This record gives sequence, structure tokens and C-alpha cells, in this order.
Amino acid sequence: MTIVVCIKQVPDTAEVKINPETGTLIREGVPSIINPFDMHALEAGLQIKDRVKGTVIVLTMGPPQAETALRDAIAMGADDGILLSDRAFAGSDTWATSFTLSKAIQKIGADIIICGKQAIDGDTAQVGPETAEFLDIPHISYVRKIEEITGTSIRVQRLMDDGYDVIESPLPVLLTVVKELNEPRLPSLKGKMAAKKAEIQKWGRADIMADENDIGLKGSPTQVKNIFTPEARSGRKMLEGSTEEQVDALLQELRGIRCL
Amino acid sequence: MPVIINAEKCKGCEECLSSCPFDAILMKEGKALINEYCQVCMACISMCPEGAIIEVEKEAPVGLEDMHSYKGVWIFAEQRGGQVASVSYELLGIGRRLADDIGTDLSAVLFGAYQSEAQELICWGADKVYHSSDPIFEHFHDEPYAQLLTSLIIEHRPEIVLTGATPIGRSFFPRVAARVRTGLTADCTSLAIDKETKNLLQIRPAFGGNIMATILCPNYRPQMATVRPRVMKRGRYDESKKGDIIHVKSEDLQSRTKVLQTVKDTSDFMINLQEADIIVSGGRGLGDPKGFKLIAELAELLGGAVGSSRAAVDSGWIPYRHQVGQTGKTVCPKVYFACGISGAVQHLVGMQSSDIIIAINKNPEAPIFNVATYGLVGDLYEIVPLLIKKIKEAKGLLS
Repeated sequence: MTIVVCIKQVPDTAEVKINPETGTLIREGVPSIINPFDMHALEAGLQIKDRVKGTVIVLTMGPPQAETALRDAIAMGADDGILLSDRAFAGSDTWATSFTLSKAIQKIGADIIICGKQAIDGDTAQVGPETAEFLDIPHISYVRKIEEITGTSIRVQRLMDDGYDVIESPLPVLLTVVKELNEPRLPSLKGKMAAKKAEIQKWGRADIMADENDIGLKGSPTQVKNIFTPEARSGRKMLEGSTEEQVDALLQELRGIRCL
Repeated sequence: MPVIINAEKCKGCEECLSSCPFDAILMKEGKALINEYCQVCMACISMCPEGAIIEVEKEAPVGLEDMHSYKGVWIFAEQRGGQVASVSYELLGIGRRLADDIGTDLSAVLFGAYQSEAQELICWGADKVYHSSDPIFEHFHDEPYAQLLTSLIIEHRPEIVLTGATPIGRSFFPRVAARVRTGLTADCTSLAIDKETKNLLQIRPAFGGNIMATILCPNYRPQMATVRPRVMKRGRYDESKKGDIIHVKSEDLQSRTKVLQTVKDTSDFMINLQEADIIVSGGRGLGDPKGFKLIAELAELLGGAVGSSRAAVDSGWIPYRHQVGQTGKTVCPKVYFACGISGAVQHLVGMQSSDIIIAINKNPEAPIFNVATYGLVGDLYEIVPLLIKKIKEAKGLLS
């Protein structure tokens, strides 16, 4: 069984700070990490491999530096890493990204594709389902539990707003996973050795035979018009006095704005 | 690349580096250089004192030639168990305004549910409702949803199609956008029509809410977006409003996935965080799982939902679906109570767009107070019970 795990290298948004003078992001010294949801996708892939035997291939699209994310994934237990990197991929929105990934996945030939629910930098949650559509395979979003997997089908729990659904799908299938699914393992010593030695395959546009009108900025229907900093929250008020005085003050404020 | 740096003009002052939200500018041999991370947001152009950063002529955009034949605003009205989600009425509110700004019609699309629900959508602002009562829509399956909406779009050519940024909307809309080959903008918090071009301006947070971006889909139609629940205002309800309900024929709808079972949450707490007006959240400061009884009591009294920080979920005090923050849910209620939550950035990005934030914490230095509208310093086990008692008194529940 071939399991492809799609990962993305992202800046750790928790470390991003705003320059109070210019209102711009300070990215200096912000570490790059594997998108946290993708860690759960990788763990899911490794667990499936343990259960039914197979190969776990990690796939990412990004600049040459993204290779470190693939090596980190190999240290955790992935068998192979493929880096999609080409100037022609630059500026891809979710449509072009999904298209590019789907071309690579077609070349690999996967039984299960696993993605994190969303990436913490863009937060769109679109690349997984769009990729499934390009591959013409079903997808299941927000997987919180894998109940059963055989060589031809899978049964999972999908998290919904009001509970969860138990869903069955034939393979191949694409899953997007939430963090409730599992606890990602730590890299092993053997894994770290393998990561150092691993040959990371690098694929460009020609390797996946993508039409240049379908990739990168040219293939992206959406454009970023501008970026701005959200207005800072105003009107902070620390309530003072004893517990009772603070509670009374709060109730008065809430009544004043008709919240009670 | 459409944004480049003129190496002859660049003096290597590094002013542009911090202006880039995507970390796409690096220094090489004393000159700035734009790399593959560039999203062409243009933020750097005005930062350069030398005028060395320029936008070069874009290649002729690939796109639709008959864009102007696309007319009308559509909203997808989501239902689960026959009940239309409240975000659908909010979409009708914003959809009506967008349609009026363009001077076009507003239609709703409803799969499953009853005809009476379709009539409700008209009262809330729709001119037309495309309704399918195919039994396949009893449960949510991505493929038939995507299949039927795609064929309706191809047949009727709307210029804008919106849905709620809910688990359902965010799961199947990407398939539709992929198939009709158009742009989809996730989780919008503001939408408007550009007066000159009539393009849809789609505003959304990115980088965990640290920045906002305006997204356009200028060369393809329809312009598709998912809209965050509870952000848009409902329109006016008009009981006498007339509209057309069009019964959509749906043949050959198929789903390879199969829902075997639907399990409702049996938790005592209301959990639909994204639809709640009021959320009361607890964190590590509760000290133990019993603390959530108190949190739930306050939530229930206010008709709100129970949320939590990651720390409380990781300690096993409350299930994951209550988690607010970067790896949980993003919420924006009218009032958010943070009880015993210190306010790590990962939590703040999930709740900082709430209208009013009330922070209760015994540490006056806790970062949660930086985003709080009202801050109360003290023991939550004293403050919250007193608050409950006083609210009950005010409501006449206690004598």
C-alpha cells in the first residue's frame, strides 16, 4: 500500500510578532516548522503502515529550504520524501497548489493520501478536498478516528459541529485529519540517521508534466490585492476593587451594552 | 515574477525585509532578492526608499473570455437533519447587499430539507431558491453536493457563490471550485463590491489573524467564498416576500463515501461554538475537570456555549471539540469569557475577534488581559460563583 502524506513548511505563527511602530510582521528569527496538523497526518500514515504494511511517502511543494521539513518527516519514520520545487510554481493559490500536488500524486500512484485539516499560515483547509477532486477520488475531511482499514476500503469518524459521522470509503481516498486523531511520535535515532542519508527527490514542472497555464501565479484564479494589519483592540478596562466590586462593575458594563 | 527588485538601484538597506508577510525577501551579496514565497501582495513596493522594487507587467492573464455573461449572486443554504443553519440567513443578508450593489438577483441553493424551509429563505431575502429534495441529501456527502452544485453553476452561470465556513461548506466547496476552475477564498470576514470593476473584494484573516488580506478573483467566474459564521448581519425578514422555488432535477447523483452512522454529541454542554452568541471558556486555571461544571453553569445561565483552552483539553478535562484556538476552532461571539486562561498566542488567534472579551485570571500580568475588553483579577472560584449569583438575582431566579 502506498501512503502519501502531504506536508507544508510554515512559519510558527505563534512566534510571529507585530512591530508596534510600523504595524508589519516581524519574521526575523521565526522558526519554520512542519504545519502542526500535518504532523498528525504523518502519524496517521505511519500507523497505517504499521497495521497493513506499506510505504509512506511525504510530499511537499515549496522553495528549496522546504527539504528540511521532508527530512524531519523521514526522521519520524517516513520512507521517502519528494520536493516539488520550481520557480514556475511560485505564487500558487489553493487551486494551482492542489493541481500541482495532484499531478505529483498521479505520478506516484497512491492508495491513501493524508493531509492536515489546514495549514496554520493560510488556514484555508481547501488544498485537501481540491486535490481529491483533481484526482477524481473521494475525500473525507476532519477525520478524528480511523476505525478500520483493509486493502480496499477504510472506515473513519468525521468530526462535525454537532457530533461525528461514521463513514466508509473505497480506496483510493484522501483524508484530512484533526489533531484529536493521534499523538505524533518523536523521531527515533534510527530515523534521524535515515533522514541524514536520505536522497530527496526534486521534481519541477516538467517532471509532473503540468501545463504552465495551470500552475503558479498564472494558474491561480485568486490574487492577493493587498495586506493590512487588523485594527488593534481598543477600550481595555481593568476593573478594580474587591471581588464583589469587580463583579458589580462588570455587570454594570454588560448592562450598559445590553449584553444582559 | 511580477514583483522584482532592480539590483542597480538597491542599496541593501534591508527596509523591505520586515514589510514582507511571507518571508519572501532575502539578502544576497548585499542586495535584496525576492524568492518563491512571494504572493505578489505588493507590501514591499512602498517600503523601498530607492524605488528599486517594481511591479513588472504581468503576462496576459489566463481566464474566461465570456466573464460578463455570468450574472446573479448565489448563496448555498446548508442544512443538517432538515434544519437550515443560521449562517445561511447571514449569507442572505450580505448576499442581498452585494446583489443590490451590482444590481442583480439573489438566489439560494438548498439541498435536502423541506419546501417550507425554501420559503423561509425567500422571506429572508432570496429572489429565487433552487431546491433539490433528492434522498441522497439526507446525510452530508461531499461528492453529490459538489456534483449538483457544479452542474447548477455551469447551467445558470452566477457571478458570485457563497457558503458558510462550516465543516460542510469548507469540505465540499473546494471540490466545486476545482471542477469549475475558479478561485475560492476561505473564511471571509468581510465582503464588498469594487465600485469600478464590480469585482468581489474578499477580506480574510491569515497568519492566525495577525494580518488581513484582500483577495480578488478577477479573471474567472463565479467568484466563490466561504464566509465565517456570525460575522455578517441578517437582513430583514419579510413574511409577504414572493419568490420562485425551482425544483432541481437531479439524476445520477452518486457518492463513493457512505455515512454508516451519525452520532450526536451527548455532552451536557452546548458545543456549537461557532454559532454561539456567548462563549464561556475555561483553561488550566480551573485546576481540575470539575471546574467545567462551574463554567457550564455560567454558560447555561447566559444561553451560551462552553469553550476551553488547549491546556484543558490536553489534560483530559474536556473533549477536543470544545477547544478554541490555533489547533481548535476559531470563534467570534458577542461575548467571550476567558476563565483561568493565560492567553497564549495560540489561544488568542482563535478568539481575539470576539466583540467583547472578559478575562478572569489571578495573574494580573497574564497576556489574556492585553486583548480583554474587561479584566477581572482574582480567584475565578470566587468571581464566577458571585457572578452567577448576581445574574440569577437580576433575572429574578433567586429571591
